[in-house]
Amino acid sequence: MIRALLALLCLAAPALAQETIVSGLSQNRVSITADFDGSEILIYGAVKRDTPPPEGGPLEVIVTVEGPSTPVTVRRKARVAGIWVNTDAVVVDSAPSFYAVATTGPLRHILSDTENLRHGITIERVIRAVGITAEAERSGEFLLALLRVRSNEDRYRLLEGRVELTEDTLFRADVVLPANLTEGEYKVRLFLLRDKRVIASQERLIGVRKEGLERFIFNLAQERPLIYGLLSLLMAAIAGWGAAAAFRLVRA
Amino acid sequence: MQLYLPIAEVSVNAFLILGLGGIVGFLSGMFGVGGGFLITPLLFFIGVPPAVAVATGANQVVASSISGVLAQLKRKGVDFHMGGVLLVGGVVGSAIGVWVFRLMTAAGQVDLFVQLSYVVFLGLIGAMMLQESLRSLLRTRKPGAPVRRSHVHSWVHGLPLKMKFRASGLYISVIPPLLIGAAVGFLAAIMGVGGGFIMVPAMIYLLGMPTKVVIGTSLFQIIFVTAFTTVMHAVTSQTVDMLLALILILGGVVGAQIGTRVGVRLKAEQLRILLSLLVLAVSVRIAVDLLIRPDELYSVAPGVLP
Repeated sequence: MIRALLALLCLAAPALAQETIVSGLSQNRVSITADFDGSEILIYGAVKRDTPPPEGGPLEVIVTVEGPSTPVTVRRKARVAGIWVNTDAVVVDSAPSFYAVATTGPLRHILSDTENLRHGITIERVIRAVGITAEAERSGEFLLALLRVRSNEDRYRLLEGRVELTEDTLFRADVVLPANLTEGEYKVRLFLLRDKRVIASQERLIGVRKEGLERFIFNLAQERPLIYGLLSLLMAAIAGWGAAAAFRLVRA
Repeated sequence: MQLYLPIAEVSVNAFLILGLGGIVGFLSGMFGVGGGFLITPLLFFIGVPPAVAVATGANQVVASSISGVLAQLKRKGVDFHMGGVLLVGGVVGSAIGVWVFRLMTAAGQVDLFVQLSYVVFLGLIGAMMLQESLRSLLRTRKPGAPVRRSHVHSWVHGLPLKMKFRASGLYISVIPPLLIGAAVGFLAAIMGVGGGFIMVPAMIYLLGMPTKVVIGTSLFQIIFVTAFTTVMHAVTSQTVDMLLALILILGGVVGAQIGTRVGVRLKAEQLRILLSLLVLAVSVRIAVDLLIRPDELYSVAPGVLP
């Protein structure tokens, strides 16, 4: 009886929250066409309250955008007989192809470690690397390297203070998606925080898909590889012959 | 103008790619090499994934070689008999090369293997060509020096299965061209190139073919080796990017036509010295990468270890 009551209480808990998120995205799909050169997504929203704002710390907002995850191999070079060779490798089970965290203030001031662990907010908490210690010595350095390499490629971003919060109610964040996007579902998560604790969260999806010519070429390459290969050759042959013929005309 | 490549999944500047294709096409038409050993590293450099760069480079070489062969045909610079014999050897060598490549991939050292073969073979051949062409250049400067005979009889002429190669003015056994074709096909499969930079000196120095037919015949053979490679890559790994290839080709075919015409004006010795310097430069560049401590010791690749 008590257990059932507790369960009911847990289920009802989100509804009891005093502050909830109402949000919108400037676009919920991104089309990768031939002239695709990155895209900017506006994530906006408001804090809905039935009662006056509670006492306590100020309201903070964190927005994360996460691209599709894949396993990745991180390799380390070492000098062997005078030349630099890949010697050690570590397989990270799952790392997102893109990850951006936008906040209203410095992360360590607005988010506690336990809440970060529970909700998986910073990139370190999103990457899953189980059992890599067995694969190489000093395996932690491989994870740091993964973060460093992908940050340099602009794939992982920490945008502290880039969420604008107006009168503790309205907020907006602009996240730029890079030109080297991977197809798939991009997950947008919004968190409201007070006193370093998450008090409300919401999740939305953005679909990123190749369209038009890009879609056609990609599908053909995947589904009819032999025809695709022969078509590539045909195109090469026509272009080669065409150029030769054109030059003959020009000279004549 | 930015362009998103559907297979490589990166956005690149279309004019940059057009320019790269043009430069490589120019060199390819001038020297009779496919240009694969240039285009592949250049594509790496602008951020195209290596697997896509190798496969798409092969596709581009098909087009520039066809364009080059058509220009050479007008000058009767293609020995089809010799090309055919080389090609038979090439297909066998390429099949063996693909097999060895797979073994190296399984061992996890394919990058190093490819880089080392670039350094060793480009370096060796570049140095040999440079030395030989400098020597012959000096000889032509000194009028009193003894003239090198074009047909020196050696053990090569004692081999059986002789065949007449009219366009080359040769009557030799088919065994040496078959072996050369196989060796080049093997290296081509491992290094992801057409193999012209090995084929051209081998034809000149080992078979004694006249320079006039060497470039056309080499290009003729390269068409088929790279066509085979392209289809193999498209089927096994879906890494041929048609859009990238198309832009490279548009630049390349124009460059190849201009290159062929410039090549005709240059003396054979000058041409060989320039080609050998180019080959040596690429070799040194890759060697430096292997020897100098890289800025970033770690590399990240999607997917799991093979």
